[in-house]
Amino acid sequence: MTSAITATGLRKSFGGTAVLDGIDLEVAAGTTFSLLGPNGAGKTTTVQIMSTLVRADGGQVRVAGHDVAADPAAVRAAIGVTGQFSAVDNLLTGQENLLLMADLHHLGRAEGRRRAAALLDQFDLAGAAAKTAMTYSGGMKRRLDLAMTLIGDPRVIFLDEPTTGLDPRSRRMMWQTIRELVADGVTIFLTTQQLDEADQLADQIAVLDHGKVVAAGSPEQLKRSIPGAHVRLHFADTTGLDAAERALGGSFRHEGTLTREVPSGGGAIAVRELLNRLGDAAAAVDEVSVHTPDLDDVFFALTGRPTAETMPEMENAR
Amino acid sequence: MTTLAFAVRDSATMTRRSLRHVLRYPVTLVVSVAVPVLVLLLFVGVFGALRTSLGAHASYIDYVMPGIIVMTAGYGSSVTAQGVNRDSTEGIIARFRTMAISPTSMLNGYVASALARTLVSAGLVIAAAIGLGYRPSADAGRWLAAAGITVLLVLALTWLAVPFGLAAKTAEGLTGFILIVQLLPFISSAFVPPGQMSGSVRWFAAHEPFTSVIDTLRGLLTGTPSGGTVLTAVIWCAGLALAGYLWARLLARRDLNR
Repeated sequence: MTSAITATGLRKSFGGTAVLDGIDLEVAAGTTFSLLGPNGAGKTTTVQIMSTLVRADGGQVRVAGHDVAADPAAVRAAIGVTGQFSAVDNLLTGQENLLLMADLHHLGRAEGRRRAAALLDQFDLAGAAAKTAMTYSGGMKRRLDLAMTLIGDPRVIFLDEPTTGLDPRSRRMMWQTIRELVADGVTIFLTTQQLDEADQLADQIAVLDHGKVVAAGSPEQLKRSIPGAHVRLHFADTTGLDAAERALGGSFRHEGTLTREVPSGGGAIAVRELLNRLGDAAAAVDEVSVHTPDLDDVFFALTGRPTAETMPEMENAR
Repeated sequence: MTTLAFAVRDSATMTRRSLRHVLRYPVTLVVSVAVPVLVLLLFVGVFGALRTSLGAHASYIDYVMPGIIVMTAGYGSSVTAQGVNRDSTEGIIARFRTMAISPTSMLNGYVASALARTLVSAGLVIAAAIGLGYRPSADAGRWLAAAGITVLLVLALTWLAVPFGLAAKTAEGLTGFILIVQLLPFISSAFVPPGQMSGSVRWFAAHEPFTSVIDTLRGLLTGTPSGGTVLTAVIWCAGLALAGYLWARLLARRDLNR
């Protein structure tokens, strides 16, 4: 399996503060890799270095087979970038934005028009093609932004928090587009603050915190490694509750309700075993729900702090 | 295609993009013409009457017009700086920089479109002035030379406007630049000969770059140009253009976050 992106010992400081403190990453070609972390973790800086916008202080990055420091032009020819803030020309129409990109990719006039029309259709923008981007909603701008990134047919695509602030429909559309791109062999490097997004899309995840990779693996590996997954049980009455507490050791009492949370990996086998034990003890369970950890759980488990306690948004600073 | 052919093609694409902005929002062009014409009306209609009553020559419009042309160029460069800054803060420049385009193509696009826009404004301002009684005595050759000096001035101001636009983190950060290019023409030989001013203002007005350009234009259009003044104007413009170009190139290649 070839690597589309490799980073070794990546370092970057702004004004004496280490934003990236020795990062190693490897992304296999044709897969989705997700860099997960809160604001200020260094996600945007990582994308900026990999997309040749910012020079690293130390370490090496290769994208699509080229060193970003030694041959940025070759890297630029292979990549597409859609950032957190829509980088569209607000004074041009949607179609003109796409044709501008087509011209800058040196596509022929006919080919540029053909691709622009196809992308406008694909991203549900055909009806707004002749309107200036200034009049677009946030979701439409983000879709136009991604369409502009795709017109050059990049082999490696960086998506920096592509769904932050999007409505559910636009978000699903973005996810679907990402899946289709990967099916076509494109490599996706996705940053997100949302574990469920990484879970839905990523083959591999790295969790970034204060400039360090604190965990890496497949979504399944990552979730299993994190305590915080639990099964929530709702009992019909106190008899069932008491029976359950005797069977499970009574270490999970919360006064005043009939609902109890039992730590569990959340896998099917674990849940079946739990329900079997409760059944043997004749503890009548009304409702069962399985809760997998969210980003807060991940962060609390990996760093001992909640996500709220992060640095100011320095990675967004210009 | 060669690298140079690509650079030329990308520069043309970037120029088309900026010109499309002007055509889509012609109000920018209208204001770029209206402001200098209003200043012209103010000076010729209001202060001109004052000067005439004080015994100065009657064709005051012939005297102020070169200054008005320079003001048009100055106003045009403030529009350019604002446009560059908008692109920079909206993130489209970051997009261009992740693409396989030479950074100078982007800069060339700004400068070429600004040159076209400002020359059209200047042409319209001159036409309005002729309607108001401006009667330059220049022949075709003198006009051509005056046009050349104007192009040089616009290039100088535009090459300065681009890096100021790139460097400012917000539109407010441009206030200094806009103040300089819009106000400096007033403290020059534009409306009153510096010799009639007092003290340090006289020294400043006599030596600031706009004065040499204004005197050159005035010489070409309604009098006799002095070779020394023309040379001073050309050196000022070329020097400012080169400084702006080098600064802009530095900014376009430097890290996004600085």
